Amino acid sequence: MDKNKTSSNSNLEQVLQSGEFALTGELGPPKSADRNNILEKANYLKGYVDAANITDNQTAIARLSSIASGVICLEQGLEPVVQITTRDRNRLAIQSDVLGAAALGIKNILCLSGDHQSFGNHPAAKNVFDIDSVQLINMLYKMREQQQFECGDMIRNGKKGPVVEPKIFIGAAANPFAEPLDFRVMRLEKKINAGADFIQTQVIYNMERFSRWMEEVRERGLHKKVYILAGVTPLKSAKMAKYMKDNVSGISFTEDIVKRMEEAEDQKAEGRQIALEQIAELKKMEGVHGVHLMAIGGEKSVPGIAEEAGLLPRPDFNKQ
Amino acid sequence: MIVSEQKPFQQIFDFVKDYNNILVMGCGTCMTVCMAGGENEAGVLSKQLKLAARQENRNIEIEELTLTRQCDREFFDEDATEKINRAEMVLSLGCGVGVQYIVELFPDVIVRPGVNTKFFGANISQGLWSERCAGCGECVLDEYEGICPIARCAKSLMNGPCGGSSHGMCEIDPENTECGGQLIYDRFKRLNKLDKLMEYKPAKNWSTARDGGPRRVAREDMMFDEEKENN
Repeated sequence: MDKNKTSSNSNLEQVLQSGEFALTGELGPPKSADRNNILEKANYLKGYVDAANITDNQTAIARLSSIASGVICLEQGLEPVVQITTRDRNRLAIQSDVLGAAALGIKNILCLSGDHQSFGNHPAAKNVFDIDSVQLINMLYKMREQQQFECGDMIRNGKKGPVVEPKIFIGAAANPFAEPLDFRVMRLEKKINAGADFIQTQVIYNMERFSRWMEEVRERGLHKKVYILAGVTPLKSAKMAKYMKDNVSGISFTEDIVKRMEEAEDQKAEGRQIALEQIAELKKMEGVHGVHLMAIGGEKSVPGIAEEAGLLPRPDFNKQ
Repeated sequence: MIVSEQKPFQQIFDFVKDYNNILVMGCGTCMTVCMAGGENEAGVLSKQLKLAARQENRNIEIEELTLTRQCDREFFDEDATEKINRAEMVLSLGCGVGVQYIVELFPDVIVRPGVNTKFFGANISQGLWSERCAGCGECVLDEYEGICPIARCAKSLMNGPCGGSSHGMCEIDPENTECGGQLIYDRFKRLNKLDKLMEYKPAKNWSTARDGGPRRVAREDMMFDEEKENN
């Protein structure tokens, strides 16, 4: 985390370097070739977030590609964080895609292993997992910093060709709520050591546990080595809260959140209120450098939440 | 050992539809131990097939034969050769290796598989087997204190468990499948070696696994001279 030199020139990297509290959003590509679906969502987010994550076959459901969606966002003036999972592609395909993404102007990539295909709509698919997410981080780091492919070859087209490496701002995920709990900060540190520049966390519905995790992060000094964006998703209903609590691994709820949602007259408003309170708390938390606002299917609500959370206007380094 | 499961009876019965003279071949090693295709299973299956055929007013001849191993030439003795050659179809209850080996030794014989070959695993309790080895060709168990991340993690993650680890179980099957990453963590903790888990494990060389193409092991020190020349 060098505050004097940018590794990618991405807007997100520059926002974080400037010390501004960052705000990223999320955009899920459609299950069709519908370009308008992306344009519509991009227009809700554009100008209100520093960058938007573009999911890669999220929950193992085949969707319009994250790179293609990212390029459409770029054309709209919304900076993408392209997600790449190791579930669907091996090291050859991923490196090829990273070169392609970079050539198309993509500057942020989030490295994930990806949801297992058994959760999606092609459970009969063969998975790849040639490399894991930590190895993917390191592969991108080696490409950028050593101008080398995973195999050690230089990133150049022949001996006389120019070395043109992908300059990617490297993201990784961290889940403070998954088990083994004691290993979660170690795993974060492994990802940092492998070359991660920024981290997006699992959505927080247990601020107590998140704060404890951040304490461990600070004890190890990791908040000085990586930018941490805390995951926030506004709950839409008590039903959604209960479903996630009971069915999604790696998500933790405190009882009071479920209770608040159940007792609220207007559950959607309550969910939004909880998110706003979380953002206020996260803004004050040492070592948290921003919020990753994942309004699943609710991109429309992002500008309003950003406004009310006091996160507007967003700086735009691409224009300066 | 290799663990298999007998195919559904209807599928096996469909295999014998066009044949009246069948040899059901059990295998005396792995398939016996995992109770998918040993002598007992060959006996029971033969009776079931006869009964089912009779219900369709067909009389089928079934012979039974269980070899110590179907994957080793030395067990295919004269008696076995005679029985195999006499049959219109061999229903092998050996693993996938057995089926193919019979075909190699008897190129004119029709062979059908009676079991689905599953994995390399261990017997955990009566009637329960579980996968332990993925046969990757380059063992890493020394690096993980005896628990394989490749075979025991649904995603073969080598640098620790993903976010889908909950209460020690894997999110793809929280009732039955343990999280391999958690098992590795617990083991390192028990041995007081947690700091070792911080080591970065680089991308694995899969060329020694099935990815490198069909594999073979050649031991010249074990070969007869003429085989060395052919090798």
